[in-house]
Amino acid sequence: MAQPTGFLSTTVGQKALMALSGLALVGFVIAHMLGNLQVFLGPEALNAYARSLRAVPALLWAARAVLLLSVVAHVSTAIRLVQRAAAARPQGYRQAHHAATTYAARTMKISGPLLALFIAYHLAHLTFPGVAMGGYIHSPTDVYANVVAGFSIPWVAGIYVVAQVLLALHLYHGIWSMLQSLGASHPRIVQPRRALAQGLALLVLAGNLSIPIGVQLGVVR
Amino acid sequence: MSDKLNLVLNVWRQKGPKDAGRFVRYEVKDISTHMSFLEMLDVLNERLLAQGEEPIAFDHDCREGICGACGVVIDGSPHGPSKRTTTCQLHMRSFRSGQELTVEPWRAAAFPVLRDLVVDRSALDRIIQAGGYVGVRSGSPRDANSIPVRKEDADLAMDAAACIGCGACVAACPNASASLFTAAKISHLALLPQGQPERRERAIAMVARMDGEGFGHCTNHGECESSCPKGISVDNIARMNREFLAAAAASRRPLGAEAKDDDGGA
Ligand code: HEM
Ligand code: FES
Repeated sequence: MAQPTGFLSTTVGQKALMALSGLALVGFVIAHMLGNLQVFLGPEALNAYARSLRAVPALLWAARAVLLLSVVAHVSTAIRLVQRAAAARPQGYRQAHHAATTYAARTMKISGPLLALFIAYHLAHLTFPGVAMGGYIHSPTDVYANVVAGFSIPWVAGIYVVAQVLLALHLYHGIWSMLQSLGASHPRIVQPRRALAQGLALLVLAGNLSIPIGVQLGVVR
Repeated sequence: MSDKLNLVLNVWRQKGPKDAGRFVRYEVKDISTHMSFLEMLDVLNERLLAQGEEPIAFDHDCREGICGACGVVIDGSPHGPSKRTTTCQLHMRSFRSGQELTVEPWRAAAFPVLRDLVVDRSALDRIIQAGGYVGVRSGSPRDANSIPVRKEDADLAMDAAACIGCGACVAACPNASASLFTAAKISHLALLPQGQPERRERAIAMVARMDGEGFGHCTNHGECESSCPKGISVDNIARMNREFLAAAAASRRPLGAEAKDDDGGA
C-alpha cells in the first residue's frame, strides 16, 4: 500500500475529518431538537420560531451549505475508511469474539447509512414536501399543523421513533469516538468521556422522541 | 478436579505464504493443567513428529511473557481467554476438559501468514524504523537521573513502554489497525524529555508508515486494549492523534516529505 502523501490521505487525518463533520452534525442535532421542543409551547411559539429561521434567506442557505458539506465529507470519508478496513483484514476469523466493543460501535456502518436514508425522508416530509408522506395537506406557513398532521399517522411516527433510536446509537459511539479521534484525552476529561457520550445521546433520544410520541398520545394536538 | 485435560483443537495449517490453508482437527489427551498453551502444542508436535507428520509451526522465544514473539488466536481471542496474559503464559487450567478450541494465526493483510500459526510482523519493525527512536549523544554514558522527569509523565511513559510488540492489538481489532502499537511507541517517547527533538517528525512519520503498511484505521472499539497482554490503554491512541494533528498543523514541510527518506519496504 502506498505511503500517504497528504493530511487527508492518512487515517488519522481522515478520522479528524469524520470527527469534525460529525461534531458539526451533533451541534445541529442538539440545536434542532431544542428548537423543535417549542412544539410543546403551542402553535404560535413554534410557527414564530420557524419564521425566524427563514427570516434571512442568506443565513438559512449558509447554514444549509455547512450542513450539506458536513454530510458529504462525513459520508464520503466513512465509505473510504470502511473500504480500507475491509482490505486490512481480507480473511476473517473462523470464530469471532468480542471482548470490549459495544453494540453501538459495531453497528456504526449500519446506523450511518440508515440515518442518511432517514435524513432524505425527513427533508421530503417536512422541509421540501411534495412527495406527500401520508396524505394530509402540507401548509407552507403552519409548521405546527404539519407536525401534528404528520405524526398523527402511526407509521410516520413509527419511522421517526426507529430513526431516533438509530441516531442515539450513532451518537453514543460517535461522540466518544470523536473525542478520541481529536485527541481529547486530557486527564480531566478521560473519565467523563463515556458518560458525556451516553448523556448527550440519551438527551437527544428523549427530546426528539417526545414529539412524535406526544402527538400520538394526544398531548400535542 | 483432575489435573489432566482432553481437548479437541482445530488448528490452522498452511504450508507457506502461497498455500490456501485449512483447519485440521487434532485430539490431545492427558494434558496437564500446569502446562502452558505452548507446552501443550509442544506435546502435540512431539506426537506429530513421531507419526512422521509436519509439526505445527508457531512463534515463541522467551516463554515468560516479555519478548512478544508468541501469540495465536484461541476461539477468537488473541492470546486466549485470560486477561493480560501472553500465549506462553496462558495455563491449560484456563480450559475445561472436553472443550473444542479453534487456534488461528493473527489475521491482517499487513501480517502475511508464513506458515501455520506464524505470521510476518516486520511491518511493526518498519513503523519503529520510521521514527520510534531518539537521537542520543554517543560516548560515555550519562549519570542516571541527570534529566528530571515529572513522576506522572514517567509513569505514563512506562505504561506505554510496556508494549512488547506482539501484535495482539492488530489481531483483536475489527479493522486490523495497528493504532495501539503505534500510539504506545509514539506516546512513550513524546512523554519524555529525550523524545522532544524529534517529536513532530516522529508522529507524522510513524502514522504515515502505519498507513503505508496497509493496517486499518481506529474506530475506537477498545478490543485492542482488552486483548493487550500488557494492558496498554487506548488513551494512548488519543495521544497519538493529538500528537499527529498538532505536528501536521505545525509542520513546515508538506506531509509525506518526511517519510520519503525511510523507505522501509512493503
Ligand atoms: C445526524 C447525523 C450524523 C451525526 C450526528 C453523526 C455523527 C458521527 C460522529 C460524531 C462520528 C464519530 C467520528 C469519529 O469516529 O471520530 C461518526 C462516525 C461515523 N459515522 Fe456518522 N453521523 C451522522 C450521520 C452519518 C451518516 C449519514 C452516515 C452514513 C454513511 C454516517 C456514518 C458514520 C460511520 C461509518 C462512522 C464511523 C467512522 C469510522 O470511524 O469508520 N454517519 N458519526
Ligand atoms: S514467548 Fe516471549 S512473550 Fe511469549
